[in-house]
Amino acid sequence: MSSNKLSTTPAHAVDESPWVKWVLITLALFFVFLFLLLPLTTVFAEALSKGFQVYLQAVEDPDSWSAIKLTLGIAAIVIPLNLTFGLTAAWAVSKHDFKGKAFFITLIDLPFSVSPVVAGLIYVLVFGANGWFGGWLIAHDIKIIFALPGMIIATVFVTLPFIARELIPLMQSQGTDEEQAATVLGANGWQTFWHVTLPNIKWGLIYGVILCNARSMGEFGAVAVVSGHIRGQTNTMPLQVEILYNEYQATAAFAIASLLALLALLTLAIKSFVEWQQSRIKRIYA
Amino acid sequence: MATAILEINSSPGESQALPRLKYQRVLPGFGITLGFAIFYLSVIVLIPLSALLFKTLTLSPEQFITAVASPRVLASYRLTFGASALAASINLFIGLLLAWVLVRYEFPGKKFVDALIDLPFALPTAVAGIALTSLLAGNGWIGQYLEPYGIQIAFTPIGIVIALIFIGIPFVVRTVQPVLEDVEKELEEAATCLGASRLQIFIKIILPTITPALLTGFAMAFARAIGEYGSVIFIAGNMPMVSEITSLIIIGKLEQYDFAGATSVAIVMLVASFILLLIINLLQAWQRKRLGMKS
Repeated sequence: MSSNKLSTTPAHAVDESPWVKWVLITLALFFVFLFLLLPLTTVFAEALSKGFQVYLQAVEDPDSWSAIKLTLGIAAIVIPLNLTFGLTAAWAVSKHDFKGKAFFITLIDLPFSVSPVVAGLIYVLVFGANGWFGGWLIAHDIKIIFALPGMIIATVFVTLPFIARELIPLMQSQGTDEEQAATVLGANGWQTFWHVTLPNIKWGLIYGVILCNARSMGEFGAVAVVSGHIRGQTNTMPLQVEILYNEYQATAAFAIASLLALLALLTLAIKSFVEWQQSRIKRIYA
Repeated sequence: MATAILEINSSPGESQALPRLKYQRVLPGFGITLGFAIFYLSVIVLIPLSALLFKTLTLSPEQFITAVASPRVLASYRLTFGASALAASINLFIGLLLAWVLVRYEFPGKKFVDALIDLPFALPTAVAGIALTSLLAGNGWIGQYLEPYGIQIAFTPIGIVIALIFIGIPFVVRTVQPVLEDVEKELEEAATCLGASRLQIFIKIILPTITPALLTGFAMAFARAIGEYGSVIFIAGNMPMVSEITSLIIIGKLEQYDFAGATSVAIVMLVASFILLLIINLLQAWQRKRLGMKS
């Protein structure tokens, strides 16, 4: 302790006693173990409970395989759509001034406060057989509800805020000085965005995209309402998990679930990496 | 869009004035980006949401009341809101504990624990649902130790609370953590010098500072819980009047093609969500004011 005497306050003066400290840490770790680590471990343990061969069979089952492809396909369509929205909304909000900006930002957050089942329901009311456009859609033989388009729209709805709400505060904090300089020097809009704005928001963009991706692959309630659960056609991975589980094929259900859990772990890993990058950048510019 | 920021003012009355700075939109793309964003929001969110409202307006008051206030639906509100409030309250304590430990102490594996906190955000709800169910069922890793004592968690309302605690964990931790990091150590040092105990400091200095954040986290966890579907339906047992949540009532009505009934119950849920959204916004404004006053 002698070396500490010169500092303004001894560190221990504002700390709890070691006894309290270790009780709190132990309690916290106990909760993390019980509520987070144990459920995560269960997924993999149950998936592999009958051996690796059974696990592979479950994943290679044609219905499961088509669910995997459908889930990846939906994400591949949803992410570019919400990325375009996120970038345009963030550009309008952060680089320009207009009346009603705060209201506009609140509207972007709206899908987060609508429950997934209600989100699915609203599209049934619009596009369903008895909905606003139901008659017209049937007359033209276009299927939206209980088909891929409905699942895509429902997924777009629930993941809409992720990228925009990541980019807006980031781009607002960066201001418009660099873009103005580029414009005055003769860059056009695209050049300014591509060479000035995009490098600055790179990490925030990746962050938003991985969160959007995780939610779009994992969405259950909204997609369940509009999918119709047609095997091999409109079953995403989470829906396939539900069907297998309800049919008492627990091992197969957990096998598909383990793939989604791996996706979740990958998402967390990338998220931590991006957060570390951002804090590093902040320290450099601080 | 014009790019000139300097404009020489040449009106005769002010001919001697210096070139006047005039604000104009410098950066291009305002019209097209805002236009696209508003169009996208309207098509995806606003118009479909308004369908819910218009559908409700076509119902007679009796139809609406019968749908939203039948005993089975009322029981589902009690369960949904009760279990959500209980889970959010428990999360208040677990969340504060986790945030405190992550901000104030060093221990091995801290980074891993910090990353794991977001698992409920990243793990698909259906996966969380079947994992918790198999853990807590009579033959599960945890359930097998509870069954001999006659304690059943899976397929009862307690199971619903457990699932809602799981999905709500990140909210309180992530709202309290940054505020706790900014608490000024000097205040605590001063209080210590003046003879305050650690508990007094926590209650009189730290707790008031983080109260807005705690309440925001609570409200967010509560709002998320009332709409939660995927993680709950596997563990709930879904018995009418006992363990049937409101989201499931909506799905049940839809499966019977009772669109009027489903819409009515959905409107009740939507209004509840919007009230919560408003409360969360007010809490966040309060928090900003608190923090703004300090610095």
